[in-house]
Amino acid sequence: MKKNLKYNALWLLFAVVIYGLIYLLYFTGVITPFTEYTLIMIGINIILALGLNLIIGFAGQFSLGHAGFMAIGAYSASILSIKFPTMGGFFLGILVGMVIAGIIALVVGLPTLRLKGDYLAIATLGISEIIRIVIINMGTLTNGPAGLFGIPPMVNWPLIFGFVAVVSLVIINYIRSGAGRATQAIREDEIAAESMGVNTTKYKVIAFIIGAVTASVAGALYASYIQTITPKDFGFMKSIDILIIVVFGGIGSVSGTFVAAIVLGILNMLLQDAGALRMIIYALALIVIMIYKPGGLLGTWEFSMKGFVTRVNKKEETADVSTKREKSN
Amino acid sequence: MSLLNVKNLTKNFGGLAAVSNVTMTFEPNELVGLIGPNGAGKTTLFNLLTGVYEPSEGLITIERSGKQQTINGLKPYKIADLGLGRTFQNIRLFKDLTVLDNVLIAMNSKNSESFLSSILRLPDFYKKEAQLQAQAAELLAIFNLQDQALALAKNLSYGQQRRLEIVRALATKPKVLFLDEPAAGMNPQETQELTQLIRKIQKDFKLTIVLIEHDMSLVMDVCQRIYVLEYGRLIAHGLPDEIKNNPQVIEAYLGGELTC
Repeated sequence: MKKNLKYNALWLLFAVVIYGLIYLLYFTGVITPFTEYTLIMIGINIILALGLNLIIGFAGQFSLGHAGFMAIGAYSASILSIKFPTMGGFFLGILVGMVIAGIIALVVGLPTLRLKGDYLAIATLGISEIIRIVIINMGTLTNGPAGLFGIPPMVNWPLIFGFVAVVSLVIINYIRSGAGRATQAIREDEIAAESMGVNTTKYKVIAFIIGAVTASVAGALYASYIQTITPKDFGFMKSIDILIIVVFGGIGSVSGTFVAAIVLGILNMLLQDAGALRMIIYALALIVIMIYKPGGLLGTWEFSMKGFVTRVNKKEETADVSTKREKSN
Repeated sequence: MSLLNVKNLTKNFGGLAAVSNVTMTFEPNELVGLIGPNGAGKTTLFNLLTGVYEPSEGLITIERSGKQQTINGLKPYKIADLGLGRTFQNIRLFKDLTVLDNVLIAMNSKNSESFLSSILRLPDFYKKEAQLQAQAAELLAIFNLQDQALALAKNLSYGQQRRLEIVRALATKPKVLFLDEPAAGMNPQETQELTQLIRKIQKDFKLTIVLIEHDMSLVMDVCQRIYVLEYGRLIAHGLPDEIKNNPQVIEAYLGGELTC
């Protein structure tokens, strides 16, 4: 019991240190309003990719519809925060987006999650397109293809940081619970899982809903930061962008998702001056990674606080021993 | 009525009757063999009983608190909850998960904690998790797999994987355990160990074991009763000695005498 508390406290410390580090970077002027964009996008991409990794990497269901759920969150938060330009209105918008995304994921997930592999990918792709087209045709509410502009800017980096922390906590703790184990069993072998008493439909749909809800939160944050959204921001390519982060970091590795989102975010920023070459270098980097590390940057490896602490302790022990030896010598 | 009853069970795949008109009963705490040539429909029968396939005709009932409950058409996970556990002919472990996780998954269906307490890591979560892990470790120790608990299932040796399949099935707390060719690919010594293991399971866990096996020495050694299938039909049923001398069974395995 106390041990668990210790590791949880260490994780909290870890989060505080990262927060302090970012604060320091701001303070020293390393992060300018220009580079802030990269920082915020990294945070939003982490939220998106974590949700998608839960669906693809842990439940083993190949979904290509993440951008659709992101659009739901973006539009809900935008519409409500334009109406009520306060922090309260923005949070109400996030909440409404989460509920709508969750309900759509449930309604859509129940029939489509019976499909497997490519078929599911096509079906989810279709759903995301339907969401986009519905948004285009919602008249004055969504302002059609022109999109919404003048969305009140409500987000700053501490808020994004908070959301990243909460979403990571929810997803990681879910994965490392009984339900999460059952979800992974579905990825490993659906027939065996079902024969061992795992209600496969239930856990697949739950994973899908968690993914959709987190994507909707990310969409809301995105809209409020960029302040302008159009339906074409949430097309097929956006889903692919998120998928790339998941695959790049390692399908089924939460740590990998973090690393990939950060690496790709920074790579994107550094290549901003490269102009047309940018997409070529970006694509080459992906190809190289896929050739030399087909399982993604980290494969299925996870950073574990427990493992880290034991390693540090071991080092200290050996260090102690060597210093003692020196003394005796 | 018996613990598990199968009445006039039929399964058609298109025009082929993989299992046709099979009637069987299984009593509590007995060891039953199911034999027959390749393609006789043994595994299909297991798949019907555990809900992987839905029967075309017939009735499967299981006794539950004194009443017979029909399990036709129920989802496999519900049937597993009712007390039918199984292993697979072609090993179907959760390969990229640890041995411990494999067992925990099978235990979890009856002990899952609430969503909120696992997300917020309430004390309740740690308590349940610790309990489950202790139970799983105990089970693994019985089968001498405790040292491999944190290894990935795919890294176990073949014999260990077969044993883990049995442990995983037992973790669902079954009343009837279906073993689909547990000795396939094992050498004589491993088969010998398996024979003792099966006896031990039946005695210690007090459950009914139904065994599909091609290794006749194993079947004749441990089984109290034997059913014989051929082309989806039940052709014989009886004690091991009766089956050994049954002309129909000999014909099914070795072919009939030439009549020219």
